[in-house]
Amino acid sequence: MNVNQHTPMASPYGQPQPGYGQPGYAPLDGGYPAPYAPYNGPTSAYQPGAPPQGPVRGPPVSGAPPVSAPQQYNQYSHSQGEMQNGPPPMTQAPPRPAVSQSYNPAGMNMTGPPHPSYPQHYGPPPTMQQVTNQMTGMQINSGPPTPAGPGYAPPNSSQPPVSTAYTAAPPTSYAQGPPPASSAPTQPPPPSGPAAPQQYYGGPSPPSQQPFNSSLPPTSQQQFTPAPPPSQQTFPPSSYSGPMPPASQAPAPPVSQPQQSFPPPAQPTFSAPPASQPPAFAPGPPLQNQGSFPPRGPPPSSQPGSFPPPGPPPTSLSSGPYPGQMPPQQHPPPSQPSPYHSGPPPPGVQMPPTSMAQSNHLPPGPPGPPGPMQQPPPQPGMPGGFPPQQNGAFGQVRGPQPGYAGPYPGQPNYGAPAPAPAPAAPAQKRLDPDAIPSPIQVIEDDRAKSTEPFTTGVRGQAPPLVTTNFQVKDQGNASPRFIRCTAYNIPCTADMAKQSQVPLAAVIKPLATLPPDEIPPYLVDHGESGPIRCNRCKAYMCPYMQFIEGGRRFQCGFCSCVTEVPPHYFQHLDHTGKRMDCYDRPELSLGSYEFLATVDYCKNNKLPQPPAFIFLIDVSYNAVKSGMVNIVCEELKTLLDYLPRENPEMDSVVRVGFVTYNKVMHFYNVKSSLAQPQMLVVSDVSDMFVPLLDGFLVNVNESRQVIESLLDQIPEMFADTRETETVFGPVIQAGLEALKAADCAGKLFVFHTSLPIAEAPGKLKNREDKKLIGTDKEKSLFQPQVGFYNTLAKECVAQGCCVDLFLFPNGYVDVATLGVVPVSTGGSVYKYTYFQAQSDRERFLNDLRRDVQKLVGFDAVMRVRTSTGVRATDFFGSFFMSNTTDVELAGLDCDKAITVELKHDDKLSEETGALMQCAVLYTSCSGQRRLRVHNMAVNCCSQLADLYRNCETDTIINFFSKYAFRGILNSPTKAVRDTLINQCAQILACYRKNCASPSSAGQLILPECMKLLPVYLNCVLKGDVLLPGADVSLDDRAYLRQLISCMDVSESHVFFYPRLLPLTKLESDSLPVAVRDSEERLSKGGVYLLETGLHLFLWVGASVQQELLLNIFGTPSFSQIDPSMTSLPVLDNPFSQRLREIIDSFRAERSRYMKLMVVKQEDKTELIFRHFLVEDKSASGGASYVDFLCHMHKEIRQLLS
Amino acid sequence: MSTYQEFIQQNEDRDGVRFSWNLWPSSRLEATRLVVPVSCLFTPLKERPDLPPVQYEPVLCSRANCKAVLNPLCQVDFRAKIWACNFCFQRNPFPPSYAGISEVNQPAELMPQFSTIEYIVQRGPTAPLIFLYVVDTCLEEEDLQALKESLQMSLSLLPPNALVGLITFGRMVQVHELSCEGIAKSYVFRGTKDLTSKQIQEMLGLTKPGATAQQGRQPVPQEAAASCKFLQPVHRVDMNLTDLLGELQRDPWPVTQGKRPLRSTGVALSVAVGLLEGTYPNTGARVMLFIGGPPTQGPGMVVGDELKTPIRSWHDIQKDNARHLKKATKYYEAMANRSAVNGHCIDIYACALDQTGLLEMKCLSNLTGGHIVMGDSFNTSLFKQTFQRVFSKDYNGDFRMAFGGVMEVKTSRELKVCGAIGPCVSLNSKGPCVSENEMGVGGTSQWKMCNLNPSSTLGMFFEIVNQHNAPVPQGGRGVIQFITQYQHSNTQRRIRVSTIARNWADAQSQIQHIESSFDQEAAAVLMARLGVFRAESEEGPDVLRWLDRQLIRLCQKFGQFNKEDPTSFRLSESLSLYPQFMFHLRRSPFLQVFNNSPDESSYYRHHFVRQDLTQSLIMIQPILYSYSFHGPPEPVLLDSSSILPDRILLMDTFFQLVIFHGETIAQWRKAGYQEMAEYENFKQLLQAPLDDAQEILQTRFPMPRYIDTEHGGSQARFLLSKVNPSQTHNNLYTWGQETGAPILTDDVSLQVFMDHLKKLAVSSSA
Repeated sequence: MNVNQHTPMASPYGQPQPGYGQPGYAPLDGGYPAPYAPYNGPTSAYQPGAPPQGPVRGPPVSGAPPVSAPQQYNQYSHSQGEMQNGPPPMTQAPPRPAVSQSYNPAGMNMTGPPHPSYPQHYGPPPTMQQVTNQMTGMQINSGPPTPAGPGYAPPNSSQPPVSTAYTAAPPTSYAQGPPPASSAPTQPPPPSGPAAPQQYYGGPSPPSQQPFNSSLPPTSQQQFTPAPPPSQQTFPPSSYSGPMPPASQAPAPPVSQPQQSFPPPAQPTFSAPPASQPPAFAPGPPLQNQGSFPPRGPPPSSQPGSFPPPGPPPTSLSSGPYPGQMPPQQHPPPSQPSPYHSGPPPPGVQMPPTSMAQSNHLPPGPPGPPGPMQQPPPQPGMPGGFPPQQNGAFGQVRGPQPGYAGPYPGQPNYGAPAPAPAPAAPAQKRLDPDAIPSPIQVIEDDRAKSTEPFTTGVRGQAPPLVTTNFQVKDQGNASPRFIRCTAYNIPCTADMAKQSQVPLAAVIKPLATLPPDEIPPYLVDHGESGPIRCNRCKAYMCPYMQFIEGGRRFQCGFCSCVTEVPPHYFQHLDHTGKRMDCYDRPELSLGSYEFLATVDYCKNNKLPQPPAFIFLIDVSYNAVKSGMVNIVCEELKTLLDYLPRENPEMDSVVRVGFVTYNKVMHFYNVKSSLAQPQMLVVSDVSDMFVPLLDGFLVNVNESRQVIESLLDQIPEMFADTRETETVFGPVIQAGLEALKAADCAGKLFVFHTSLPIAEAPGKLKNREDKKLIGTDKEKSLFQPQVGFYNTLAKECVAQGCCVDLFLFPNGYVDVATLGVVPVSTGGSVYKYTYFQAQSDRERFLNDLRRDVQKLVGFDAVMRVRTSTGVRATDFFGSFFMSNTTDVELAGLDCDKAITVELKHDDKLSEETGALMQCAVLYTSCSGQRRLRVHNMAVNCCSQLADLYRNCETDTIINFFSKYAFRGILNSPTKAVRDTLINQCAQILACYRKNCASPSSAGQLILPECMKLLPVYLNCVLKGDVLLPGADVSLDDRAYLRQLISCMDVSESHVFFYPRLLPLTKLESDSLPVAVRDSEERLSKGGVYLLETGLHLFLWVGASVQQELLLNIFGTPSFSQIDPSMTSLPVLDNPFSQRLREIIDSFRAERSRYMKLMVVKQEDKTELIFRHFLVEDKSASGGASYVDFLCHMHKEIRQLLS
Repeated sequence: MSTYQEFIQQNEDRDGVRFSWNLWPSSRLEATRLVVPVSCLFTPLKERPDLPPVQYEPVLCSRANCKAVLNPLCQVDFRAKIWACNFCFQRNPFPPSYAGISEVNQPAELMPQFSTIEYIVQRGPTAPLIFLYVVDTCLEEEDLQALKESLQMSLSLLPPNALVGLITFGRMVQVHELSCEGIAKSYVFRGTKDLTSKQIQEMLGLTKPGATAQQGRQPVPQEAAASCKFLQPVHRVDMNLTDLLGELQRDPWPVTQGKRPLRSTGVALSVAVGLLEGTYPNTGARVMLFIGGPPTQGPGMVVGDELKTPIRSWHDIQKDNARHLKKATKYYEAMANRSAVNGHCIDIYACALDQTGLLEMKCLSNLTGGHIVMGDSFNTSLFKQTFQRVFSKDYNGDFRMAFGGVMEVKTSRELKVCGAIGPCVSLNSKGPCVSENEMGVGGTSQWKMCNLNPSSTLGMFFEIVNQHNAPVPQGGRGVIQFITQYQHSNTQRRIRVSTIARNWADAQSQIQHIESSFDQEAAAVLMARLGVFRAESEEGPDVLRWLDRQLIRLCQKFGQFNKEDPTSFRLSESLSLYPQFMFHLRRSPFLQVFNNSPDESSYYRHHFVRQDLTQSLIMIQPILYSYSFHGPPEPVLLDSSSILPDRILLMDTFFQLVIFHGETIAQWRKAGYQEMAEYENFKQLLQAPLDDAQEILQTRFPMPRYIDTEHGGSQARFLLSKVNPSQTHNNLYTWGQETGAPILTDDVSLQVFMDHLKKLAVSSSA
């Protein structure tokens, strides 16, 4: 509800700040800022919608939420959280755990009693209102949302989903339901989380909050405070309450607020709970808050301060309707946490008595025991009243923001008006972005928590997030670097799985590169007879095999079949039944290891030849003119010394070959005995063949002279070419035939420029038709134009021919079709649209270097075996499947991940858990045939709560995106989007229904582990693939679609939710804390670095300090910055050095080189940059985070009713 | 007779023509009764050092379907400046340039001694000669090296402005670009794919599809430029090409045990033909194909690559067991025809120990006038010298080769032309002088000979069409005119015109004269050509039966005998040798396939139908010389009785030169007497046949296989298989002679043959 309000809030803000209005999203975020200058702007925009509300809710909400949010976080974050928890009841010790936080938008609104009413009111509005609005918002919300525009409206609703539950009514519900739930959840280290909420509450609580205030309240309240001060706070808070806020710490305040806010409402009642709640949030959000938070402290404080002002207005509003609600809402949140609480729950539960609040509280209580871990609190936090905070937030925010730099910095921009606290007040109505779950907060929390190495021995334990640096100790399960699961407790039965709708999937990156401090998998040689395997299911020897009968036999952990131990492998058992040599043998003690394969595992029963790399270079007019040919040839001369090898001492055994082509193919004989290379032209492209064998694939060292001569001459030979037509099918065929002739596997590097229109197999025509977009025929654009490439891909796979495609298009090249072969063969597609030698050279070369050098396996077959009861049913990634079980990869490199979906086909038992063994048979780059085995055991649960407590949102998003991106091949894009939203809503509704403590229907309650699901999902939905903007070409969409299909969790995470770093201050040993991807967070006086895994932007605010400019660019003037630069000048100052270090380290982290783009504020290029501010409304119509949360909330409510 | 011999010799020297009959029977009926048709061996480019070409163009009869050339037999009205065509009797005015003509100022073509005259045509652009090497790289290292050297050497023999091109093939076919600097470029074709000429040209970038259509203005320069990539003047690329040839590698594709290398001869030729077709149609060009084995893949495949499947033998062919034969033959025939249409000739240089598929590929050379050379290895002097001799030059320093020859035959009304047998293809030019009765390649009055050399000889067959009841006026003469247009090796276009006249004779009243005008040598060769021509399409025994029947009929017609009395049979001198020629012909490899592979048969027949009379006769009946202390070297009977212990024999079969040392001589030689000063004469005796052999070797093309053997040597079989087996294990002691060597054969001897012939000739039932 509150959430919804947010939007509304926007409007509210809007009012205050016309400026914001439009930015819509920005505004939201701006919301905070709004108070500052921005708001005004935006607000206005919003206002339209909001206006009405504005007056009422608006002000309160907007204002409040923001504030509160931060607070929440703060609270959650750590100390506060706990603290609060303490006070409240709960401690959300384990931030993460906090499964769900409930936002009670409605709650927010609510005045205690009103809640019920709110729900109703909100009901409609709920979606949006989220926080602030709650009160007025609630009502208003409904209104506002609409005003906001369709987009918003939904979004709003979506927001709720975030993590917390918005409940208009929540109050009640929270109080009751939540508690229990929350208690259960205990996990929720939540304490902190709860705390956050509390904060919110705090805000809201003023009246009721007070209790909250104690801990969280303050924060949340801060925001709220302003608005709601007392009653209002409640509203806002509740709705947006904590959950959200936490997310964005800076913004967090707002976020948390919402949640908290909820609590707050509840708080009043449950004063304690509120407190707890905040903590709950804290867990999640806390981090953020914390990070930024220093502010927290302040924010809260400030907030409070600020709140008051805003508060009043809000209050009034809220007070009316919300007050009551608020509290309840808050409670609800707690409830969510409950799941976590479970552990602690009992205690917590009680506490939480009330819903959210309780839960939070509870946790706190329990947390104490369980430890901070008890996320439960967080949950509460979630619920925490968003509203209040938000309101408060604004006010506070401003203050804090500056301080935070990160989070709020943005505001400054807007902020000019900053002073606009006043506006903030009006904003109150709106859902406070800071009150909704903040990814930054969650990430920071997880980071803070993961100080110890992660040991894989414990079944069912979720690893740290991908954004966290941690060390892994393999104790029997595969490292999360190899396998990440969506859930580490999977339901015992298919019914449960179906009910929850949580996808069961694993993202497997079989050849992942490990950090230097981790040991790569050991190579095990079982001798001539090959690896020991189960007789029935053929699973490989692993720690799950149970040795019996004194070690003479072993029982398979997958299928339970008993197999004789071969004599040479026999070993006595010790008194515990373990083999004496258990720790001497990797396959008995580790999760990942490799077997040396015997000849039986080789194609044609012949040991493989060393692989070959073939470079196929387009030399048509465009290729030459763009400089590509020159660059490639120049680079290859040195690059060939870095072909992959396993032993750095030795020369690589990989052989190389060269082909150039336009509409005919040119092969080169570079035999070492020749004085000059020889060129062999094959014009018969309709029936490709390889004109020579000996001399085509050569050892680099032996033929170095000839190769260098060749690479010198290629650019010269074609310098005057006028041939513009190219072929493509025959190019791959040529490489394939060459590998066939040499009887080896290998990789083709194809450098291609244009749509292959020359007469040849695989000829394509331009079919880019913008008119089809959005229609049922859109899907055909993602399908290959001709069947030829599918057949070709099949042949490539059979030969172990992996294709990497480098595209340099100047127009439509039909990536959807050209990419078929690379995608099916485990290759990669790189695309450099409008390639220009000068500016793109570095990116291309780095990609090429990495692509050539990286470790890669060939001719691989991956098989996933699972214990009886589940089955790998579907696979996503770059590969080919000729049957339903074997994933065939012509090439498999260290960056490729395969997502595997598992389904039940029987019951699982809680005792044995579920096992998964992923075996990859491949040929190493030295030509050795090997089997890499990754084992993974997860728990099975009979309680849904366990499922929700041990899942990983990042992985779920990874799965969802791949699932959706495949879906668009067969269904209209809109249907795919709806499916995603629907499934997400079902997941959250199921949680709400089965795990969260009862609370008002208007309250949005999110599982702690999934509180970011809405924001991430929104990012997926509004991505270019599913929701293209007018300037996004079909090729780009197809390219991204294919690219994402083989991304691992870490890459997909940053891709969907880019990392945005404020660069005002740089410390030498740590990165600045990121801020949320919203324009609101950008400060006009700051410089920000945004990274998506594909792009790297340096955003420079218009009023940035001279000193900063001097440090970075060496120029004192903003206007003298050259926006076309792709690398920063090397300046001898610590700041510049550190910044370049950071950029380098980012690039090193990603599998593709990111070109640096300098974006000056208000420059044309800023449009591109804004595209990546994913929490904002997008130009293509994608919802803002807040709006989406509201929409999600609405969906959930519909499901629940 | 002496007169007729002189007449014949004189005619041959002057016109390069030998007729079977030098008096022609005046009616169709009588002509057919003569058994041997009126026919001739015509050597269009017979070397005539004494005949300077005239620098103007011939004067043609103005009648559209005649166009005969003014010749000494025409009636000329010097005053009216009019000449009457002696074929159609059209009266033609002389062209203005002949204004000064008079009885005392006659142009050369009207002088009787210029019955053969050569004109140089000044019109039209002259195109350089083109030599396109098509080289098999599936060779042994040693062979390839030798071949590379020969090819490099040949570059120095080419005229500097000649265009050269290089195509190499193995599993793939590579067309080498010669114009490029730096990297050596070549275009590669898959050896298994049958491409059309258009595809080939497109793939070589010779035509821009669409471009020519769009820019009709510039196709010419474009094409010329494009073709330049592959065919370049020798003087410009000889360094390049020498290096290229030097770097030529054996086909790099691995050949697994039990397999033949994959050799894409069919596609290589197709590419070569397509390339020339697209770039220089109707220009003299020579495709020189060097192969070291049979085509084993793709179109034109002769045998699979499995070594366990041997290449087809005559046995397989007779059993219809040669899988690829028909398809491959058809493929190569189609290609030969294409090539012939464009005036390009194809040489085949096949050097391998096993067969190389000449049977299937022979038409390439047969139809285009190219050479076939068969050897065991490229690393032999046989190949090296033969190849070198391809580029031999005449007294003027011009190559002994001419291109794009078109020979047209005009006949006077009494006779028509039935066909030709030789290295030519029909141009399907119907005309009034074309007979419906085809012998050899008929149905036309024009034949194309893509490549000619001074010894290229056609067998021309005519039919007397004059009806019995319409006698030719006394003293009338039949006239035949051969008009041969060709591109001289110095790139001039030339026209050689030979006009031949023979008297008519009434076969009833003047049969004696006709008999005495019989040229039995020419007749034997002409009948042999007919036989060989038939053998290409008919079963061997049928051909022999036909030959036998013709011989018997001839003997019946001209023999003097009493019925049923073989002993009374006599033949006049002018026919006396004829049966003997037939005897040897029947035993020759041209008609007997036993002991010869299909490739060898094709090879022998190829040469038989193109050599002049002398060489052909040697082929039919090899020459045997004897060297002994009993006297100067002398020709001896090709008979087993000539093989004596104290003789050295030198046999020339055209394809082989065998020096055979008799038993005693061999022993002496083994004992080393020739090394002793006192036996200098023995040394000289040993040297004598070697010197004579050397002389033959120097002049013959292709170089014969040189065999030095002795009594009891395994190589002696070459001699033993040729001589008349007058003494065999069957009759060795019945004759009570001690001379000669018995031949272990069941073949009949000449004696038995003649006896049987007489018997049949005198038999009334035959």
